[in-house]
Amino acid sequence: MDTAPASDRPGDQRQQEHPPYAEVQASAEFGELRRAHRSFAFPLTIAFVSWYLLYVLLSNYAGGFMDTKVAGNINVALVFGLGQFLTTFLIAWWYSRHAAAKLDPRSAAIKSSMGSDA
Amino acid sequence: MSIHQLAVESASDHRPLIITLFSVFVAATLGITVWAGRQTKDATDFYAGGRSFSGFQNGLAISGDYMSAASFLGIAGAIALTGYDGFLYSIGFLVAWLVALLLVAEPLRNTGRYTMGDVLAYRMRQRPVRTAAGVSTIVVSIFYLLAQMAGAGVLVSLLLGITNEAGKILIVVLVGVVMILYVSIGGMKGTTWVQMVKAVMLIAGALLMTFLVLLKFDFNVSELLGEAAKNSKMGHAFLEPGLKYGATGTTKLDFISLGLALVLGTAGLPHILIRFYTVPTAKAARKSVNWAIGIIGVFYLMTIALGFGAAALLDKKTITDSNPAGNTAAPLLADELGGPVLLAVISAVAFATILAVVAGLTLASSSSFAHDLYANVIRKGEATQEEEIKAARWATVGIGIVAIVLGVFARDLNVAGLVALAFAVAASANLPTILYSLFWKRFTTQGALWSIYGGLASSVFLVLFSPVVSGNPKSSMFKDVDFHWFPLENPGLISIPLGFLLGWVGSLLSKEKPDNAKYAELEVRSLTGYGAH
Repeated sequence: MDTAPASDRPGDQRQQEHPPYAEVQASAEFGELRRAHRSFAFPLTIAFVSWYLLYVLLSNYAGGFMDTKVAGNINVALVFGLGQFLTTFLIAWWYSRHAAAKLDPRSAAIKSSMGSDA
Repeated sequence: MSIHQLAVESASDHRPLIITLFSVFVAATLGITVWAGRQTKDATDFYAGGRSFSGFQNGLAISGDYMSAASFLGIAGAIALTGYDGFLYSIGFLVAWLVALLLVAEPLRNTGRYTMGDVLAYRMRQRPVRTAAGVSTIVVSIFYLLAQMAGAGVLVSLLLGITNEAGKILIVVLVGVVMILYVSIGGMKGTTWVQMVKAVMLIAGALLMTFLVLLKFDFNVSELLGEAAKNSKMGHAFLEPGLKYGATGTTKLDFISLGLALVLGTAGLPHILIRFYTVPTAKAARKSVNWAIGIIGVFYLMTIALGFGAAALLDKKTITDSNPAGNTAAPLLADELGGPVLLAVISAVAFATILAVVAGLTLASSSSFAHDLYANVIRKGEATQEEEIKAARWATVGIGIVAIVLGVFARDLNVAGLVALAFAVAASANLPTILYSLFWKRFTTQGALWSIYGGLASSVFLVLFSPVVSGNPKSSMFKDVDFHWFPLENPGLISIPLGFLLGWVGSLLSKEKPDNAKYAELEVRSLTGYGAH
């Protein structure tokens, strides 16, 4: 687990009215936290929005493909729609696992190094 | 005699049962409201339920807040009438939650207090941006309210066989009054509990109906779909994309527009966003979104059975005779499956659904009026907590009256389509500003104002001149006039990119430099939870 030592932030700063936000923002630890969030959430957002738009566009312009029978009266369009459900559940689960492993420990360490809430 | 008339007649025979069920629900929830009201002591209690709910409780309440008349009555009707094309709503409404989960829920919880405006105005000049946030919150919520009131109107006229205008108006007034009581007495605590109770009722009702539909087809989904296709008289086209939106190039664009609005709207809906303030931490906010995705996802899967079930088991004419937009397909299906008793139960569920959502919307708009407009703009932050809550309670009454007046119109519009307009406005006016505020260093006050007002004005303006308002003799709000020139029903395709573009251009052209110190504060707090209220 990535825990920044509490001594990174001198205790006397707890007495200040405003914590040194700019300093924390510029710190290496915060940079890692930001990167851990953005490098996961941004590409994944682009991916699932594209995947969803692909479904919308195929529904519109690829009728023949979407109408293909898979089993009985179940066609590709329905399977594609159900696939959107499945990927939504999977992405939610994956993000939560990522957040618990990579984001929560880092943010807790930075928060505690900043001292108690004003 | 059509099944619709039968339904009305059998419902009329069971009017005492229906009225009893409605009354029990209203009495029980008002009891909860009064209990919650006694525990509401300060502004945090009123606006955010004391931030005392668990992730699971809030997940349930989010589901109750989100699964509106549009999800239940609207989607079932849309699938029953247009087959596969109606299913897009279910998918878009669900996938949209990932935007909220990955980008919005946690930072919002960490940096805001009571309203969406808290986050939008965080780095900006307070008064102009709070004003914009307040205006947009109220406009989005009113679009959404319109859909719920339309649902309430058709539901009650179906059930109680009320066909005269005065009777319908009376019902809409009653819904409005109950909603005003929920919110003004119970605040966020009362509203949250009502939404939790409703979510459980709706899931239970949908499970029961899904079970009964599948039972008729020996749990063979393929057979259900086949019968739906056959009974719709449209054959396999009913199960394929394009029945509603595939006709011309314009309707195809409308489909993309709708799809875009659905997926980007959720994370900009004020009544959903304020739910994240009711839990103690960002982690709990994440947990509540996960619960909501699970609950809402299961519910939307069941809309397949409900919608295609209605198509398979009911005559199409029965559905359209009852309500041209299909809004009564689900209750008619209940009548077909389980007779008047199930019809009464499912209608009570639908009624609960509408009341809970309407309460959430009213709370979001009155909170924003009191906290953003009254306390921070009009009184410049000098108002006491008591004054703020008092303003919120009065705003509740005001919004309630607006909802009642609007509820009298717009009965023949599909409620899912109406809600999609609220999603388009939210995605155009709110989402760009939320994302830029949280993640873009160079965003400025001017960018925020251009984005909110530009997204808001363009989306509302385009709706005004769309076939939703005029020009379609069958389904427009005003059937007898035609002043439409915008061909799409949903404005999202134009107004959402415009909202993002204006926020960007407005920031780049702004003379004022972005406030770097404030951005440092917002960014550190949003990711770490430091100093969260």
